[in-house]
Amino acid sequence: MTSSDDSSKMKTSSEKSNNLLAKRYIGLEKSIWTELNALPIVHKAIDLGQGFIDYAPPHYFIDLYKETLDDPNIFLHQYTREMGHRRLVEAISNVYSPYFNRKIDPLTEILVTDGATQSLFNCIHSFINPDDEVILIEPFFSCYEPMVHSACGIPRYIALKPKPESIKADISSSSDWILHKNELESMFNSRTRLIIINTPNNPVGKVFTRNELEHIANLCQKHDVICISDEVYEWIVYDENKKHIRIATLPNMWERTLTIGSAGKTFSSTGLKLGWTIGPQHLMRSCRVVHQNCVISCPTISQEVVARCFEYELKRINSSKCYFNSISNEFLEKRDKFVQALKECGIKPVVPDGGYFILADYSQFAGDKFQSDTDDVKDIKFVRYLTKEKQLATIPATIFYTDDHHHLAENYIRFCFVKKDETLDKAIEILRKLKTN
Amino acid sequence: MTSSDDSSKTKTSDKKSDNSLAKRFIGLEKSIWIEFGALAIAHKAINVGQGFIDYAPPPYFIDLYKETLDDPNILLHQYTRGFGHRRLVDAISNVYSPYFNRKIDPLNEILVTDGAYPSIFNCIHGFINSGDEAILIEPFYDCYEPMVRSAGGIPRCITLKQKPESTKADISSSSDWTLDKNELESMFNSRTRLIIVNTPNNPTGKVFTREELEHIANLCQKHDVICIADEVYEWIVYDKNKKHIRMATLPNMWERTLTIGSAGKTFSATGLKLGWTIGSQHLMHPCQVVHQNCVYTCPTISQEVVARCFEYELKRLNSPECYFNSISTEFLEKRDKLVQALKECGMKPVVPDGGYFIIADYSQFAGDKFQSDADDMKDFKFVRYLIKEKQLATIPVTGFYTADHRHLAENYIRFCFAKKDETLDKAIEILRKLKTN
Repeated sequence: MTSSDDSSKMKTSSEKSNNLLAKRYIGLEKSIWTELNALPIVHKAIDLGQGFIDYAPPHYFIDLYKETLDDPNIFLHQYTREMGHRRLVEAISNVYSPYFNRKIDPLTEILVTDGATQSLFNCIHSFINPDDEVILIEPFFSCYEPMVHSACGIPRYIALKPKPESIKADISSSSDWILHKNELESMFNSRTRLIIINTPNNPVGKVFTRNELEHIANLCQKHDVICISDEVYEWIVYDENKKHIRIATLPNMWERTLTIGSAGKTFSSTGLKLGWTIGPQHLMRSCRVVHQNCVISCPTISQEVVARCFEYELKRINSSKCYFNSISNEFLEKRDKFVQALKECGIKPVVPDGGYFILADYSQFAGDKFQSDTDDVKDIKFVRYLTKEKQLATIPATIFYTDDHHHLAENYIRFCFVKKDETLDKAIEILRKLKTN
Repeated sequence: MTSSDDSSKTKTSDKKSDNSLAKRFIGLEKSIWIEFGALAIAHKAINVGQGFIDYAPPPYFIDLYKETLDDPNILLHQYTRGFGHRRLVDAISNVYSPYFNRKIDPLNEILVTDGAYPSIFNCIHGFINSGDEAILIEPFYDCYEPMVRSAGGIPRCITLKQKPESTKADISSSSDWTLDKNELESMFNSRTRLIIVNTPNNPTGKVFTREELEHIANLCQKHDVICIADEVYEWIVYDKNKKHIRMATLPNMWERTLTIGSAGKTFSATGLKLGWTIGSQHLMHPCQVVHQNCVYTCPTISQEVVARCFEYELKRLNSPECYFNSISTEFLEKRDKLVQALKECGMKPVVPDGGYFIIADYSQFAGDKFQSDADDMKDFKFVRYLIKEKQLATIPVTGFYTADHRHLAENYIRFCFAKKDETLDKAIEILRKLKTN
């Protein structure tokens, strides 16, 4: 090699080192969550930010965990079946088949993953080819957009919009946030590969109605689009007249829907990081390929524990004591307490019909103190201020929107209310003090 | 829309759902673990195939697990830090810093993952752009190649080759398997992005020498290539004169090496599915980006347990009682027992210097009974035969080669000897019976 070859190679070397990150991931480096999750810890804030309960999971959960560790079957500490531990996929099938109005085949129609987030990654990456379009409904859980980008897909955004009268009201309902039917129809075209729906919705708390789901379903069938249905909050609904509806149960939708569930949300134990995807064999086949080329298998002990928990609940699934039923009652009280407090403070809550969160319009409360600029959106500034100065952690709503649509959400922040009463009381106190100042 | 538009849309529709798998994953559908794991269970075979122990992990592991569940800190059941639970990254730093001759920054130089498998995924997908080359050393753990391909990369495969005299011998050493230096040099070019080095190697058991690693290191530096060092079997080495050497400790290699470790292999509890990547901050960053856009965070309880296990071992790290030292002694006996038995049966074992596995040339043992053809390699056929007809599960070695090079390994199968004595005895009995027939 000549010395001129050497020097040109050197230039390329330092270029190479500077441009380390694979192109598919460029632009996805920041996760606002890293900052947002660290803030409450650093500032010892009352944490109404990230979605997890701050008290113990149901007692039987820990009992069954300990029971599992006492099991003489030492194979529970070694690799299990790649697509999902047998006992768990059978339990998932037994629990969910009635809700899907069909017998779900445990071996071919269920995939166990390292959490609903991983299920989402898996579903998106299983089907997207470069330039395929994915319809995302804002506000969306913030991981959807980067996952579509890293698969080289193109996200197309449509926002749920609150009815004009409810924006003005002191208090409104998540069911007031709707999709404009014509707008949604216009988003579908021959390049549309997927649509992701999240019901109950994070952060709005909307529970999509049958009518709304049917409209989406018809468009999926017309345009041969696969529906990814993120239903992690499926058990947490507050209004008997607005039950959770599974889009996979609508006519002709089983064959084109992938339904995602979460052990962490089901058993109020988000540290589990265990989830599942349920769907028809011909779609699950693709999900399995991505799974085996990414994580291949999931932890055994936690799968065994979750299986036992499902078996435990299966025995009482129709009773009010079943955790899947009682959890909503437990959270409903908290929701109402916090909604009331927000209203009294002049923060305008959107009362959720499901899920862990309340979106609230803080603009009157905060006045003109915070403004969006080129560096940052006003809700992020307000959230940072609340956390650092007032020791109250929340989440800015704009992180659930694409950059171009931030203006739709900059007046909202998200509160997680599934916290122990002590936490909620302290939060309410902070808001009241703020109001008077 | 006219009716002719409708009918053309229907035609396109039929295609879309049927060919659902994203193109990046086409061709990557097979997995030897899934096929042979299921086969072993179905035929109730003596399992000396997949790499996991079939007896209990070290007692303190289960004790510390139970202790963790008794901990009143209920937040252990909720989400933890995305890049790794604090207690665990601190423990990993404390244990590994001396081995890396530097203080490893727990917050910026360690990423905790759902196992070494996704660590490898993160490392590959964090850096590979379409058309980038990744050098893989055969035989390689089978996930490397599909992970490179699904990232759009091009695998360049170079085989470890046995010295001629040792192919003839009844018994040989894994250290006889070497890379041709000139051949390796010729593989590096301006498109080379990564090389993956697995030491101790699965399946040969080779422990790369300092000289061999230096040669690779020099090439990495010359061509500005990142080295992924898969060191999951780091604690399992059998010859004091062939100690495990960490690539990242060679001169100038810290800044271009990512080292992967496994809790499952370290504590003989493969069901944990917890791993880590260690490297300098600028290299960790791309891995973190992939991680946060795939799983985001790992389970909390298992991280807490592994942290406590590391703390426990840290106190006795230099004593022979430390599991990281005693594990090799425990497995050495089993290795020697199986090696001897294979030799007596007329199979030609390659004695491993490290790891869980022995590869053995079965060609004289099996005679001409099995031949490779267009559909199947002879080792796959032989392994299936052994499982179905003789209830003995092993792994075919051609699964560790790229398609073009498989013929180089068709005479080998892989045995896992990290099993209880009863299992090894049964396996040996089956082989002896086979020999006499």
